[in-house]
Amino acid sequence: MSASRLKTGGHIDRTREIEFRWDNTRYTGFKGDTLASALLANGETIFGRSFKYHRPRGVMSAGVEESGAIVTTGKANRRDPNVKATTQEIFPGLEARGQNAWPNVRRDCGAVNNLMGRFFSAGFYYKTFMGIPPFEWGRKGTGIWMQYEKLIRRAAGMGKASREPDPDHYEHGHLFCDVLVVGSGPSGLAAAVKCAEQGLDVLLVEQDFEFGGDYLNHSSEESLRKRDAALAKLNSAGARVMSRTTAFGLYDYGVAGLLQRVTDHLPNPEPSLPRQRFLTLRARHTILATGALERHFAFGNNDLPGIMNAHAADAYVNRFGVLPGQQVVVATNNDSAYNTANQLARVGASVTLVDARTAIPDSISGLLGTRGVELVTGSTVLNAVGKRHITAVELADAVGSGWKQGPTRDCDLLLVSGGWSPVVNLLSHRGVRPQWDHDNCCFVPAPTNEAITSTGSSLGIWGNSDCEDAGRAAADAAIASVGNQTNTVAMPAAGGWETPLQPLYEVNVDGVSKKSFIDPQHDVTADDVRLAHQEGFVSVEHLKRYTTLGMATDQGKMGNIIGMALMAEALGKEVPDVGTTTFRPPYTPISIGALAGRAFGAHFKALRRTPMHDWNLEHGATMVDAGLWQRPWYFAREGETITEAYIREATTTRKTVGLCDVTSLGKIAIQGPDATELINRVYSNAFAKLPIGKARYGIMLRDDGIVMDDGTTWRFSDTDYFMTTTTAHAAKVMVWLEELLQMRWPDLKVHVTSVSEQWAGVAVAGPNSRDVLAACIADASVVTNDALPFMGVVETTLANGAPCRIARISFSGEMAFEVYVGSDHANGMMDLLHTQAMLVDGCLYGTEALGALRIEKGHVTGVELDGRATIDDAGLGKMASDKKSYIGSALRKRPELMREDRPRLVGIFPKDRSEKFKAGSILCRTDKVAGHGEGWITAVTHSPELGHWIGLGYISGGHEHWADSTLVAADPVRTGNTEVEIVSPHMVDPTGERMHG
Amino acid sequence: MIRINCPFCGERDHSEFGYGGDGSIEYPPLDASAEAWTQAVFERENIRGVQTESWQHVSGCRQWLLVERDTMTHEIHSVRAAHSGVAAVVEKEQQS
Ligand SMILES: [Zn+2]
Repeated sequence: MSASRLKTGGHIDRTREIEFRWDNTRYTGFKGDTLASALLANGETIFGRSFKYHRPRGVMSAGVEESGAIVTTGKANRRDPNVKATTQEIFPGLEARGQNAWPNVRRDCGAVNNLMGRFFSAGFYYKTFMGIPPFEWGRKGTGIWMQYEKLIRRAAGMGKASREPDPDHYEHGHLFCDVLVVGSGPSGLAAAVKCAEQGLDVLLVEQDFEFGGDYLNHSSEESLRKRDAALAKLNSAGARVMSRTTAFGLYDYGVAGLLQRVTDHLPNPEPSLPRQRFLTLRARHTILATGALERHFAFGNNDLPGIMNAHAADAYVNRFGVLPGQQVVVATNNDSAYNTANQLARVGASVTLVDARTAIPDSISGLLGTRGVELVTGSTVLNAVGKRHITAVELADAVGSGWKQGPTRDCDLLLVSGGWSPVVNLLSHRGVRPQWDHDNCCFVPAPTNEAITSTGSSLGIWGNSDCEDAGRAAADAAIASVGNQTNTVAMPAAGGWETPLQPLYEVNVDGVSKKSFIDPQHDVTADDVRLAHQEGFVSVEHLKRYTTLGMATDQGKMGNIIGMALMAEALGKEVPDVGTTTFRPPYTPISIGALAGRAFGAHFKALRRTPMHDWNLEHGATMVDAGLWQRPWYFAREGETITEAYIREATTTRKTVGLCDVTSLGKIAIQGPDATELINRVYSNAFAKLPIGKARYGIMLRDDGIVMDDGTTWRFSDTDYFMTTTTAHAAKVMVWLEELLQMRWPDLKVHVTSVSEQWAGVAVAGPNSRDVLAACIADASVVTNDALPFMGVVETTLANGAPCRIARISFSGEMAFEVYVGSDHANGMMDLLHTQAMLVDGCLYGTEALGALRIEKGHVTGVELDGRATIDDAGLGKMASDKKSYIGSALRKRPELMREDRPRLVGIFPKDRSEKFKAGSILCRTDKVAGHGEGWITAVTHSPELGHWIGLGYISGGHEHWADSTLVAADPVRTGNTEVEIVSPHMVDPTGERMHG
Repeated sequence: MIRINCPFCGERDHSEFGYGGDGSIEYPPLDASAEAWTQAVFERENIRGVQTESWQHVSGCRQWLLVERDTMTHEIHSVRAAHSGVAAVVEKEQQS
């Protein structure tokens, strides 16, 4: 016989029948059912297959601690594995199925694992894979490992997540309140009401879809009336209440992480609604009314379907109107199960209560009332009997401090209560280690200095009315801390049972061997803990990792205490001396989508477009990401590949003229009487005598003497400079200058302003650049060779009247200019320049051609100035001034940085000029292609000028050291090895005639 | 999850700020010896407890701040402008 729906009772809405599917079969339940309660009502018993042994598993609880009924919901791209059937509310169209089983949970071929249990004991994976295929065998060893792993993962695993992109969207939000109350049971509601009525801004969160916590599990109407009255008071006091919202973690500064499930229970949600909201809540005070979870204990086959926590039966009977069994044995070691036994008898079950304790006072046994519950004292369960469902229990009778085999009793439901564990998880997130309460055999919250108060059964207070008082006491503490008043109401003491609980973690009788689970979700048995101890494990943290006890989605909810108790027994210690494991967020699993929120795809990071972005696109640009920026990569003409395009662009630029959007360069206005002094201190080369109307290339170092950034700085007046930085380091340089001015040199009268967004820039490069530029400005005479020599700057106007700044500087190695206009004039500038450039067969070029031109010239960028290179490494040491002190000057001459065999910037040619090689290759001697080699390649390009592939890179000692040598550019995992030779980095026009011409 | 009470903008989330480092370092003059610079740049304390740190309100007023923060608890004891002259002005205004 199995479970069935009671004719009356429960907080379900019997007028609203709901259809759903379980393992492709149609079922019905009522509004207010969970998947577990609805399926139990339909007579289902097997809900899942266990992790390693594929043992059949049924419903073991009525909440988040569920270890048996773990299922998969949804389908295709909405498939959600490892969902607890005990918390999943049903809705029209819900689809759920069993997992970790083939073909289904009722007939599972993997159950053969159950017969090979000893192969899957603690440490199985470690032991097996330590012996046979070591990783040290290289590819072969790893390959064997991978094969094993695939097989075992298929056999021992949880549900499978969807491989498809998540079709839902998620939101992030921020909330604030005076007092956060976590949990809406008797203590949480009482606390929230008192705080709200004192005028505090209260937020109450409840993980369940119904408010009320333990109020829902009672038969009396009084419980529900109390809940409804509290909710009404909260409503009228303006408190916010949120159901289906889990406080999954507590963080610094009163921050709680909340996950609100918005549409998971709706058949056809509004498309505009997010599936879930990930909320960062800041509370001035937090009240934890998170309740307690009932523990089981270890006995043989304690995972059989038909075995559940005692209090779960209260929930099924009173909340869901489901009788989970007709012939019930209740096994307990404490008072709490007596009420459960009564409840089951009240709705018609035949009930036997076996209490491990021998002396039960009349005040407790009297609780059993008149409904015929049979009480057996000094008795407990040794072994559960049954194949796919429990059919009987073998009892054990107390003898001295141990047990002897007792009688067997038939039953179809076994309820177990081994005591209660307060939910201290959230406090543990704050680094507060719980304390052992010897009388109640549980960990309770330790005091904390933070504005957090635990209350109710999460504080080890068991009775509902004590919990209500505890809630009001917690409210007082919150009111005191938020309002700086004194606390007046005392917190009730922990406990509340008439007779003490008798510690019971495992039932053993000599000579009887059995499989007793302490963490059913991970198939960890009592024997596994003993095996770990035999093998030398003494720390609970190690035990946890070795046996997988309390890992993953369980996070120690079920088996932690029993595991620790068994370990303590093996070590001859007390439980608190073995320690407690640290609970970590999240309390219950969170979908990755909720963590990501809207930060995915194109929204993962900000996008920066230059003012001529659209103009570039209209003129055929293919864009490329450069940090947050999008820049033109190349401008392919019809039929051109990227390689053909950039080679044409680079060739055209060297032959006539090319235009390139350089807006993404950082631009900083440096102004004030001490501007010259600042720049002179920051750059390693001399700047003090830079004349007005001139620009200079500068290199700035970090304090430790390594290169930070490079760029040009233009002088417009005594007190007005315009600094450009690399695209990559624009923000960093700005922050650096601000730090220097505000923290180190507060006496300097200088103002720095980022003007990167204000100016649009274009490089005009090539032998015809001056003619093109001259045709585009109002007064051509300002750009003649005399008026604007190499490194000259001028402020003038374009032919269309737009004010502009021009500097004759060159990154390409050709005669070249950088022209800047206010961002609004970008398109006008590009139209002018493009029209003139086309008249001389010029072109637009992108970053790929820019790269080719600069590599040919040996000009460095961020890949060469990578935070490890010194100014000497980059071949620019001669620029550094010996006549002044500057940032980095003291430390750049450390002996290690001055070694002759430091890596130096070099050019690289393939030995056979028809071959190519790749950036990232390691430069090795031909006789030693191994290890770190002698250097590395930073950048490569096909050189249109030289007609073959070339590269830039670093090699120990520089190019003179390797003259006439052949090396290997080693790239073992991609294209293989290529023989190369090392040359000067200045591979084209080394004397710079073209730029100066 | 830290919040910093910027003297110019008010209490803001730490995500608006950039972390600098040990704010108590006295950097030597630029022409000081390599030893003096080594001391300032590399030989740092790893404080457990209250330390003075520099933070910049990057997404706000862009002021560098000196923040006394407990590295164990994240508790912030004080926040002031790192620029000595600006800090003096702010202090004076608060007093008046
Ligand atoms: Zn600010």
